[in-house]
Amino acid sequence: MSGFKYAAPAQFYPLAGKMALWFGVSAAVLAVIGLVIGLYIAPIDVTQKDSYRIIFIHVPAAWMSMFLYVVMAFWGAIALGMNTRLSAMMAQSIAPTGALMTAIALWTGALWGKPTWGTYWAWDARMTSELILLFLYLGIIALRNAIDDPRRADKACSVLALVGVVNVPIIYMSVNWWNTLHQGATIKAGNSSIDDIMLAGLLFMVFAFWFYSVAVTLVRLRTIMLEREVGAAWVARLPEVKEER
Amino acid sequence: MSAEQGTQGAAEAPSGGIKSRHKRFLWIIFGLAFFAAIVALVLNAFGSSITYFYSPTQVMNNEVPQGRAFRVGGMVEGGSVVRAGDGLTVHFKVTDTAETVAVVYTGILPDLFAEEKGVVAQGRLDDHGVFQATQVLAKHDENYVAPEVQAALDEAHKTRAAQTLAQ
Repeated sequence: MSGFKYAAPAQFYPLAGKMALWFGVSAAVLAVIGLVIGLYIAPIDVTQKDSYRIIFIHVPAAWMSMFLYVVMAFWGAIALGMNTRLSAMMAQSIAPTGALMTAIALWTGALWGKPTWGTYWAWDARMTSELILLFLYLGIIALRNAIDDPRRADKACSVLALVGVVNVPIIYMSVNWWNTLHQGATIKAGNSSIDDIMLAGLLFMVFAFWFYSVAVTLVRLRTIMLEREVGAAWVARLPEVKEER
Repeated sequence: MSAEQGTQGAAEAPSGGIKSRHKRFLWIIFGLAFFAAIVALVLNAFGSSITYFYSPTQVMNNEVPQGRAFRVGGMVEGGSVVRAGDGLTVHFKVTDTAETVAVVYTGILPDLFAEEKGVVAQGRLDDHGVFQATQVLAKHDENYVAPEVQAALDEAHKTRAAQTLAQ
């Protein structure tokens, strides 16, 4: 059972605190390096000039928005199948960060679209499916708040998260399946059509966003754990709670 | 949530034991596969109506919606851009290398509009087969290139062309 030790809130709570700190510090360091490369060292793009630099925020946010959704759906599936509380709380803690990433991706995309395409928004398959992703995140958050019993809310949100997961491959593949205004993938395994320095800055930012998401999710998870298990013995045994008494 | 339950951690009574747990996962996987299949069929049925623009080939083959506005996309053909005297009206041709569609547009073009670059025009075909555009958007490609690199590429291209001529 050693591998499942941390599936218990009592064991995971202190570990999550330590992990959140390290992921948060790493995210800050990576973001500074990424932004210095992206905004100062990387050259301009020959056609888009400086406006391409939105890529250093837009692409990491868009990737995270899809990745976090898959992780949320995964924990939702575990929560449904195993009937475990911690995995449901994991899913619950991911939703707001996922919604934030989706909103950032849409917002920065609009700001880039105006100088590049000539419009803030177009109803093409990529943008529309990403907007649906935002509504899914918001729907899951709203559903959670609409149900008073947390265990019932866990089940309902898990089902909705799982149903919505089909949208993720649609977002990802939309630029290949249909004609879209949005361009195809720049970063491809083996053969990326981007300058090396730009790619380096982008990768730093991707990891910065990734680590930020992990850190913030863990901090939120700790709060959710305390909130939902306020009467539990393990909460009463926490050193910080004992001191208060 | 009682205090006792809290101490049990993850080992909280899984209703019905291991067997029903497997069953539940099977249901989840089955349900997800079923739903994905439905979505795939629906998207397939929508077909090209999800597409943001049609290619000039589709326009020539009358595969575009008749009698209403649609979008045509492709490359602006090199040397095809002609600006009218009023300074606002632009004539150009959109090509997918197989077919071309003539486009007329009166208005401000996006900064990235250029010959040999991607474009998406919205509007309708008139009786002469000319596409009367109401909106023109530039479609950017997925390439991100530094100016020096582009200059080097152009230089190499020129050298190669000169060599071919000399032979």
